[in-house]
Amino acid sequence: MNNSIILVAATRLLTSLLLLFSIFMLLRGHNLPGGGFIGGLIGATGFVLYAIAQGAEATRRTLRYEPQNIAMVGLGIALAAGVFAAFFGEAFFTGQWWFAGADPADPDDKGLPISSVLVFDIGVYLVVFGSILTLVLALEEEV
Amino acid sequence: MEILVAIMVGVLVAASVYLMLARNVLRFLFGLILISNAANLIIFASGRLTAEAPPLIPEGADAPLGTVANALPQALVLTAIVIGFGLFAFALTLVYRTYQNLGTLNSDEMRLAEPEEGGK
Amino acid sequence: MAKSSAEVPRVYGGPAGWISVAIPAAIFVWMLQYVGPVSAGNTVLLALDWVPSMDIRLSVLIDGLSLTFALLISGIGALVTLYSTKYLGTHPEYPRFVLFLMMFMVGMLGLVLSDNLIALFVFWEITTISSYLLIGFSSDEAKSRRSALQALLVTGTGGLALLAGMILLGNVAGSFELSVILQQGDMIRAHPLYVPIVILFLAGAFTKSAQFPFHFWLPNAMAAPTPVSAYLHSATMVKAGVYLMARVNPALGDSELWFWTLVIAGGFTTVFASILAVRQTDIKQVLAYTTLMALGALTLFIGTGSPDAIKGMMAFLVVHSLYKAALFLMIGIVDHETGTREADRLRGLGRKMPLTFLGGALAAISMAGIPPFVGFIGKEFLYKAGLGHEQATIWITGTIFAASVLMFVAAGIAVLRPFTGKLADADTPQTPHEGPWAMWIGPIILGVFSLGFGLFPDTVEAWLVAPGTWAVYGDYDYTVDLYLFREVNAAFLLSLATFATGALLYTVHRPMRAWLGRVMEANPIKFDPGWDRVLDGLKALAAWQTGILQSGVLQRYIFTIFATLAIGVGATMYLKDVLNFRVDWAGEFDGLLFKHWAVLVFITAGAILTAITQSRMTAIAALGVVGIGVALIFIMFSAPDVAITQLLVETLVVVLVAVAMLKLPHLGLAKDRKRRPLHAALAGVVGVLVTLVMVAVLQGDIDRRITDYFEVASWPEAYGRNIVNVILVDFRAIDTFGEIAVVVIAALSAYALLRGTRYGNTDDEIEEGRK
Repeated sequence: MNNSIILVAATRLLTSLLLLFSIFMLLRGHNLPGGGFIGGLIGATGFVLYAIAQGAEATRRTLRYEPQNIAMVGLGIALAAGVFAAFFGEAFFTGQWWFAGADPADPDDKGLPISSVLVFDIGVYLVVFGSILTLVLALEEEV
Repeated sequence: MEILVAIMVGVLVAASVYLMLARNVLRFLFGLILISNAANLIIFASGRLTAEAPPLIPEGADAPLGTVANALPQALVLTAIVIGFGLFAFALTLVYRTYQNLGTLNSDEMRLAEPEEGGK
Repeated sequence: MAKSSAEVPRVYGGPAGWISVAIPAAIFVWMLQYVGPVSAGNTVLLALDWVPSMDIRLSVLIDGLSLTFALLISGIGALVTLYSTKYLGTHPEYPRFVLFLMMFMVGMLGLVLSDNLIALFVFWEITTISSYLLIGFSSDEAKSRRSALQALLVTGTGGLALLAGMILLGNVAGSFELSVILQQGDMIRAHPLYVPIVILFLAGAFTKSAQFPFHFWLPNAMAAPTPVSAYLHSATMVKAGVYLMARVNPALGDSELWFWTLVIAGGFTTVFASILAVRQTDIKQVLAYTTLMALGALTLFIGTGSPDAIKGMMAFLVVHSLYKAALFLMIGIVDHETGTREADRLRGLGRKMPLTFLGGALAAISMAGIPPFVGFIGKEFLYKAGLGHEQATIWITGTIFAASVLMFVAAGIAVLRPFTGKLADADTPQTPHEGPWAMWIGPIILGVFSLGFGLFPDTVEAWLVAPGTWAVYGDYDYTVDLYLFREVNAAFLLSLATFATGALLYTVHRPMRAWLGRVMEANPIKFDPGWDRVLDGLKALAAWQTGILQSGVLQRYIFTIFATLAIGVGATMYLKDVLNFRVDWAGEFDGLLFKHWAVLVFITAGAILTAITQSRMTAIAALGVVGIGVALIFIMFSAPDVAITQLLVETLVVVLVAVAMLKLPHLGLAKDRKRRPLHAALAGVVGVLVTLVMVAVLQGDIDRRITDYFEVASWPEAYGRNIVNVILVDFRAIDTFGEIAVVVIAALSAYALLRGTRYGNTDDEIEEGRK
């Protein structure tokens, strides 16, 4: 689009920062404000900024993967997280938890919690991220 | 505050209905954005407004301490916002593509699928 | 596709054809194992749950009635598919034909074997649809398409009525299992819903089995290829209605309503169809009308309902399926090898086509009811049942007598005339010659059964007729006895009279046909053109109401939607008296700070400005103000997640609108000016109503049980401290999954919209754009 040097130079840094921040928001989402929806939106915003500064072509190159593929993969991950429970004989979308290094004696020590719920939230993140970029980039290229 | 929010939502809805009745599809689109905001506010306020008590459970506790804001409508509204955005983006591309192909934003002139019968 | 098949004519006599023969043959053999248990008076029940919550099960009921049908369907099915390998084997659409035929067979077998009413209905509709596809098989002919649609609409409408009847019956009986329903006949007959149930069931059965006044579709259905006519329109599908009536006879039968409806409709169809049959010159049409006559007779005797009548009905059902399928196959061979089916043009074919003649003759003798063929037995027992019944004796017996006489004549027209006499009198497009073995074997096998069952009536009695009679009559103690001849009685004398009258009428059938034609011409009521008028009327009605409801003006649609909303909500609020609340204005302003006022004022002002501004940039900015204001409300009232989402989405909305705006023209309000006051009034009303509803909701009590559960369970059960996120990804994860799927679909649709039509509207424009 336009070629403001300041914008072009700043976006590289800003996009990386926003992407990092979006992952931070995603991961803390279960206990504090954040989560897949918000993370995905922040991440997408970063690349929207990049697209405004550098153009859609450059953004696609930086992304490496087609955004619609990212969205579909996200949907697949979310579905897989839901189906996962079925392997343990539980209802579809029942959360499965594994507390890495937790002390069984202390109920408050959860160690490093890894769960199908987190996987699901990552799927949500990818869907939101991919969908928004699909839209914005297609519209950018059109104009 | 809740009654005042209700009155404000009434104004929002009135403005969006007025916009959606316009022939210009871009105005229709603006109406769509406003009415999704209004709908979100209705859901949110129906769960009652609670100031400065977000639905979080503090470290060390098993449940929220004291009364916190109603989490259920918040979850509903959160997804509604994202879906509303999807709807808006689709409608926008539709308006945009329609304008490119038909050369008009006036809904009366978009008669490809339903041609007017017998002249006028 | 079409091109390649024209260049290389493919011949499907081979594997595809043989498989289609092997399946019904295997089913036939499989079903034979049930003959033993069923003839001993047992019923076999098998079940598989399908939708258990709604009492819908794939359950199988094998008793005398369903076994008789299953054997006829699979046995005749095997012969018909064998016949088709030669009849249609070189047709480019042959595989499609086989597919439809197999689909039909599965539907028909499912229909007769289902114990569950809903499953039966599903199979019933499968037969309707596959019959539509088969009648319209020659889809390039307008006549085929019309006939197919007519059959679909008539039987489909009846099917809907049947579904309603089944649901009522299921509710009355407390079960959708036939095996349960059939035990409750007395309770069902006494129920106030009995009359509607009977009417709905009969609407389904009468349309399917082409009973007067729904008879007109069946002769038209002869547009289908001949194997289809032989299979669907004589032996199987049209008998589905008869099957249904026979099946539910223990539950719905034995009442005045049932008796008179079936006896009158069946009797009328019988006489009416046999007269029309004699009138035809196309032999296939003659057979079509005699099929109609047979269906009428079967209906008549189910209605009569005495054990003798049911026995006669079951015997005649088997008899008719055997000879009618054979005759249809025979006329198919004649048509295939000579190029015509006109009775007046065919003479002396017997010398050139001896085996076809043999098959046809065996069937025709059975149809004429001449001993020792099983057709004689069928007719005798119908006479006996008619004479022995107390009510409407003369009507029933007279109907059957007239029908038998005309059947005798029809048998002569269909076989005696074309195959005897001098070949020199024939006027055929092709030189007649014998057909391939796969075609004539079917009529001969069926004919041999007709003769064999006549010579050994005890076998057909023990295997099929007796168990069938028990099932239909609902009494397993009744002794069924079939025999060829025992004494000279009234029925036997009637038979002799039938032969004499039939022979006499046959000799004068050509002048009689001309006379009948003149009489029919004079009749002002014609069903087939009437059908066209009904369809035209429906189309006109549809066009008229579409013109009123669908103006094609978006504005008018939206106006209607909101006006309906306003009226509906307003009326409900008034009627339910929900406006009966008192607002606590003092508490309302309690603790209201400057920030609250500012947000309220900003949002209100932004909304109004968006609505009235002429400038799109102002509108976008005002929308932004509203969006940010809403986010601020979320922040002030403890919804951080929602607020962040709202802010981010708002940013993206502005970006998207700004990008799109570069190419879009200015707003332009001028044209709307005249209607603006009306729009503003409606907008105002809707706005006020929304406020009132919301205030009413806010005055009521709030039910926080779900929220309370989430608050208590969030940490101990789902290990999350952010309750909103836990709801999204754990408690209500399946909802969220649906929602993100919607987001993906919206994005992909928008993407397709932008990319798919990138270069213009037409193919030429796309080509142009690519260069």
